[in-house]
Amino acid sequence: MLEIRNLYASVGEVEILKGINLKVKAGEVHALMGPNGSGKSTLAFVLAGKPGYVATSGKVTYQGEDLLGMKPEDRARAGVFLSFQHPVEVPGVRLDQFLRAGFNAIHKSKGLEELDPLKFDRMLRQRVKVVGIDPALTKRSVNDGFSGGEKKRNEVLQMAVLEPTLAILDEPDSGLDVDALRTVAQGINQLRSPEKAILLVTHYQRILNYVIPDFVHVLVDGRIVKSGGKELALEIEAEGYEKFEQPQEEAIQSPG
Amino acid sequence: MTTANKEVNTIASQGYKYGFVTDIEADVAPRGLNEDTVRWISAKKSEPDFMLQWRLKAFRYWEKLLQGQETPSWANVHYPPIDYQNMIYYSAPKTKEKLESLDQVDPELLRTYEKLGIPLEEQKRLAGVAVDAIFDSVSIATTFREELAKHGIVFCPFSEALQEHPELVQKYLGSVVPYSDNFYAALNAAVFSDGSFCYIPKGVRCPLELTTYFRINTAETGQFERTLIIADEGSYVSYLEGCSAPMRDENQLHAAVVELITHDNAEIKYSTIQNWYPGNEEGKGGIYNFVTKRGKCQGKNSKISWTQVETGSAITWKYPSVILQGDNSVGEFYSVALTKGYQQADTGTKMTHIGKNTRSKIISKAISAGHGNNTYRGLVKVMPKADNARNFTQCDSLLIGDQCGAHTTPYVEVRNSTAQLEHEAFTSRVDEDMLFYCNQRGLSTEDAQSLIINGFCKEVFQKLPFEFAVEATRLLELNLEGAVG
Ligand SMILES: Nc1ncnc2c1ncn2[C@@H]1O[C@H](COP(=O)(O)OP(=O)(O)O)[C@@H](O)[C@H]1O
Ligand SMILES: [Mg+2]
Repeated sequence: MLEIRNLYASVGEVEILKGINLKVKAGEVHALMGPNGSGKSTLAFVLAGKPGYVATSGKVTYQGEDLLGMKPEDRARAGVFLSFQHPVEVPGVRLDQFLRAGFNAIHKSKGLEELDPLKFDRMLRQRVKVVGIDPALTKRSVNDGFSGGEKKRNEVLQMAVLEPTLAILDEPDSGLDVDALRTVAQGINQLRSPEKAILLVTHYQRILNYVIPDFVHVLVDGRIVKSGGKELALEIEAEGYEKFEQPQEEAIQSPG
Repeated sequence: MTTANKEVNTIASQGYKYGFVTDIEADVAPRGLNEDTVRWISAKKSEPDFMLQWRLKAFRYWEKLLQGQETPSWANVHYPPIDYQNMIYYSAPKTKEKLESLDQVDPELLRTYEKLGIPLEEQKRLAGVAVDAIFDSVSIATTFREELAKHGIVFCPFSEALQEHPELVQKYLGSVVPYSDNFYAALNAAVFSDGSFCYIPKGVRCPLELTTYFRINTAETGQFERTLIIADEGSYVSYLEGCSAPMRDENQLHAAVVELITHDNAEIKYSTIQNWYPGNEEGKGGIYNFVTKRGKCQGKNSKISWTQVETGSAITWKYPSVILQGDNSVGEFYSVALTKGYQQADTGTKMTHIGKNTRSKIISKAISAGHGNNTYRGLVKVMPKADNARNFTQCDSLLIGDQCGAHTTPYVEVRNSTAQLEHEAFTSRVDEDMLFYCNQRGLSTEDAQSLIINGFCKEVFQKLPFEFAVEATRLLELNLEGAVG
């Protein structure tokens, strides 16, 4: 579904991604782990098409298409969803209206039925329950005055509503207490299916107890230095990232 | 520059859709301004003598201000000095002496209004809207006259009111905005050529929305219209004005005066959708919109509500205000002001509490994009006898991109300790991050803009008559979208 080949990317003058190789197939969950500043969010933003995050060389194909050539909204419409590490506030725009507009834009581009406010509201209320968010939040401005935990849950709610094919989740677990972590993980697991894939970016192993990954990759200084199964996460938990911080020639070569 | 930033910037260069010129023969006053010009205009309209005398007083007062260089300079707007001798003060489409019906209106004019989306033919009209159309200096058509007359409502061009209801005009003209009020009010009083006049008799609820549509056509012409609306005891009227002008490289001056008067238990709801030509991308051309609008809640329990959507003009200088004289009277001001390109707007309101238990509410929404510069200037004044006066003010700014500006200058002057004033303000910036977040949820940048702007303006749009809320939304979208770069 997603294939990243030798991707280099810069923010401003600074090169941050230095040759990423990664292959994600439908049905898989990949965890991307790494110390702060290693380039996890940068990779997520490059994949989602954030302005200012420029791929300088390499190739990314998504469902056979050149992902980097698409506008951000077209990527979203094609099923790429990014759960933001730091969700953005959109003052004055009610969450339910915002989500309906996005939902309908995606449905329209696929030739699917657009929902009127009533139908959409019915669907939204059902998803709200799954994510365990206070329904009143959907009547407030997007992320405006939301607590950290509410923002994270809201990202998962949006994912549940928009039903992406490829979900890139950038630290959906950071700053959450155990209860919140569990509901967020539950929301993510709901999305798992043979047709969909998840790239779960995290700093800590903790969430991987709830969302069991098929593969784990370690990102250090803009390179994937090691890939493995879920046990790799436990290794990191026990030993930290230090031992990966010296470049390991072998690991750099092997695509995930 | 990154793509989103480029998009944010191209928003500012969205084209003006109403910029065409109507080719029609016009009756034009000699260029320049002196006492003879004033007499010429007054004679052209066969005005009663009291009117000419008032104009002349205004003219002499204005000349004094001009010589003393007392042109308004406190507003946060910048423009080169206006050459008042190099301007035309009166221009009227040449027509037959008096129009008996719409059939006699020049078809070229009717087509103009049709292009602007304003149907003058009654069968095609918006449901329940009576229209007075002002072209350059004169009113060319007023629809639904008979229907309104049945209720005793007078809704006609100002010049006609001077012929048919001179006593009403004389009684109220200048009673809210005297000619000596300010520089532009004096200029308007001297040379105003037409406008709308409206009188709602006691106890009548006006069954139609009344609308005046202003159009500047002739080059180098100033438009100086005057609107006077009187709501007698227990009456109600909702009134809307719209405006547009052709695209021209020179600046054109629009200096209007609007006076509203409500007697006991009466209510006037006055809405404006202002879309004068704003000038081009580099800031060349456009209308200088220097307007004095004021209402007086003269009677007890009366109410005046201003709603404005200001999207056009190179410079807007406008403070619709309410004098709350009657006990328990209510004044409201709901405003959306948009500046993009090099537009400048200095707008706001003044609420003067004189009577007891008077209340006022101010909701101001300023949107700036491109190099636009938007200033809110408000004054809430509570006089010594105004026991229990209440005011709520909220002025919010939305900045699109990082080269525009918004300034808020709320003043209060309270001389009664029982007054309660509340003030809220917030500013948000539509930046790349916000647009990208919306894009990531499937929204195009255009749709995201529209959602954000409508969300920002909704409290004001809700106050517009329904048909016009739709028009205002569309207008803002036209002005701010099309940013696909
Ligand atoms: N917008 C930006 N401007 C400048 N530097 C950035 C920007 N975003 C990220 N960086 C830099 O890129 C590196 C990787 O950051 P990031 O991708 O956020 O890492 P992670 O998500 O793994 O913590 C860091 O050194 C960070 O300072
Ligand atoms: Mg990060």
